[in-house]
Amino acid sequence: MAEQIFHDHSSDLSFKAKWYAGRVAVYGILIFWTVVCLFPIYWTVSTSFKLAPNVMQGHMIPFVDFWPAWKGWDSLGLSPRLIGQESTVREEFLKRFTNSAITSVSASVLAVVLGSLAAYGLSRFRYKFGFMRNPDISFFFLSQLILPPVVLALPFLVLYRSLDLLDTRIGLILLYTLTVLPIVIWIMRDQFQSIPVELEEAALVDGLSIWQAFLTIVMPIALPGMVAAFILSLVLTWNEYFFAALLTSTDAKTLPVMVASQTGSQGINWWAMAALSTAAIVPLIIIGVVLERFIIKGMAAGAVK
Amino acid sequence: MSQGDLLHVVTGDDIGERRRFIGKALVWGSFAVMVAAFAWCAMARTGYLAWELANWRVALYAYLLWATCLCIAQVVLHGEQGKRTLFVLPATLFVVAMVIFPLIFALTLAFSNWNLSAFEGPRFNGFDNVRQMWTDPFYWNALKNMVYYTLAILVEYSIAFGLALIQASQIRARKFFRVAFLMPLMLSPVAVSWMVGKSMLEIRFGPISRLARWLGWDRPSFFGDPEIARLTIMIMDAWTFIPFMMIMLLAGLQAIPREVQEAARVDGASGWRSFWEVTFPLMLPVSLTAILIRIIFKLKLADIIINVTSGGPGGATDSVTSFIFREYRDRSNVGYGTLLAIVYLVLIVIAITVFMKAVDRWMNPRH
Repeated sequence: MAEQIFHDHSSDLSFKAKWYAGRVAVYGILIFWTVVCLFPIYWTVSTSFKLAPNVMQGHMIPFVDFWPAWKGWDSLGLSPRLIGQESTVREEFLKRFTNSAITSVSASVLAVVLGSLAAYGLSRFRYKFGFMRNPDISFFFLSQLILPPVVLALPFLVLYRSLDLLDTRIGLILLYTLTVLPIVIWIMRDQFQSIPVELEEAALVDGLSIWQAFLTIVMPIALPGMVAAFILSLVLTWNEYFFAALLTSTDAKTLPVMVASQTGSQGINWWAMAALSTAAIVPLIIIGVVLERFIIKGMAAGAVK
Repeated sequence: MSQGDLLHVVTGDDIGERRRFIGKALVWGSFAVMVAAFAWCAMARTGYLAWELANWRVALYAYLLWATCLCIAQVVLHGEQGKRTLFVLPATLFVVAMVIFPLIFALTLAFSNWNLSAFEGPRFNGFDNVRQMWTDPFYWNALKNMVYYTLAILVEYSIAFGLALIQASQIRARKFFRVAFLMPLMLSPVAVSWMVGKSMLEIRFGPISRLARWLGWDRPSFFGDPEIARLTIMIMDAWTFIPFMMIMLLAGLQAIPREVQEAARVDGASGWRSFWEVTFPLMLPVSLTAILIRIIFKLKLADIIINVTSGGPGGATDSVTSFIFREYRDRSNVGYGTLLAIVYLVLIVIAITVFMKAVDRWMNPRH
């Protein structure tokens, strides 16, 4: 074997070692944070398959430490054994689930419709309502963000009581729409401002009315932004607890309220609570994994001008 | 906030006398209907009329009718210009009905004594609520806690910035890490309260307690001591919201042109210096936006507290929202709760205005 003629300079070698050390540190941090983020989810999902002794002895890994059991899911009526049978618990759960789904989807749709229209108007036309000009109107909408929900909560409790809207889905939908509307307007205004005005000018010259131009030309281009705003609203409204806890009692109760009310009563029935929590977070985890792109787009919209 | 390009269109609208009359009639007619409906409801509800009315729904429908007529009348009255107003008007009417009106209502509520579970209605009691607030140690304690909670954002911000920097650098499996880091944000705070607060932090069997014991903390207790309880709540809240800041900061980092950092490197700046003298200053506007939005979300903090500690021990973890929630749950007095909330709102508006003015001063020292 020939002797090696070209050597790396010693300073380069140390550089390389430093580079490797840096890589190890970076991936170490990444993996550590991944564990921090995902372990609670793993813990919840795995606990839903545990029995009492597994919980108490701190077993972690299924099939190695403990043998998965369906007990937690039995208590929700969602295990393979009980899925065919009548189950009051499952009905209760499905009712809450439907309530959550209906309120969050309708509120998000309503917010996206109202918000997109307003955002489009504000990014294209000059308005003057009394002393309010465009920046004032924008501020009027965006300043709603600062309003903490607790300020509106008690007045709404009284107002809804006199309007007979307590414990109805429509009441919750209206409030949820209000809470996400400023966020939608913020995201959508950014979207519309990035679309060149020349597009509409061309459409108007070709004889479209302004609403036709909006619906046929601008909206398809802004659709990804609208989806982003929709998904973000969906996440926020699906998880909302405060208003739901105050304004609903039996009919319109949503999933978070059900989860919260069970935590107190179940005591050490961890498997049952874990199953319920898992069922409550699974839809959003799926949305998060599949539509991650849109969520990030939505949140990034406001950050970068 | 910058204005984009505006669309300038000249339209020749010819609006005749007749059309103008119809439009005005529409607005004022429906307005009269609304006023009449309100008056009718008010009289029926207070007992001036023999008619029994179960609720105020009629007034709500009248408002909807007026709102619709107002929208239609815009087009009738102003033609093309009206069609443009139609973009903003529905959202405006919605927000006015849902925010401005309840806020005015809240102001009257705040100065009255109204126990919802009692039979008698609201009773005006002047400044009694204010006096009660002044001597309520728990409210001031909750406000003080909010300051601590808000200060915790600085730590969250540095962690989020660090993670965003790593995410923006050359790494493998970037997409996997991004999805994994995003996950906590997707979980509902109520589920998190159980998952983390009640099971993982459970003293006997929770995995974190086990870890703490293994690390040598003899008798771990996360909610016994006031300081530690507050810290635990802060950590749980940070856990959910760090992804939020991270993504905003990541977007900011990716928008910085690569040439700037390359230029810094060519000029011989080390990694540390190029961060402090190039990246960080360029990221300031994004950072401030992220922090501001995070503050706004932080001020709503309640779900986790209500479900994990319900303010305990001794109000050490109370946020203003959770305190008012409990106050209502225990006494069902809406008047006092509303006053506390309104004072909170006023404090927030003052604090945020000062914050934004200070930032503005600092960013553009000339003006």
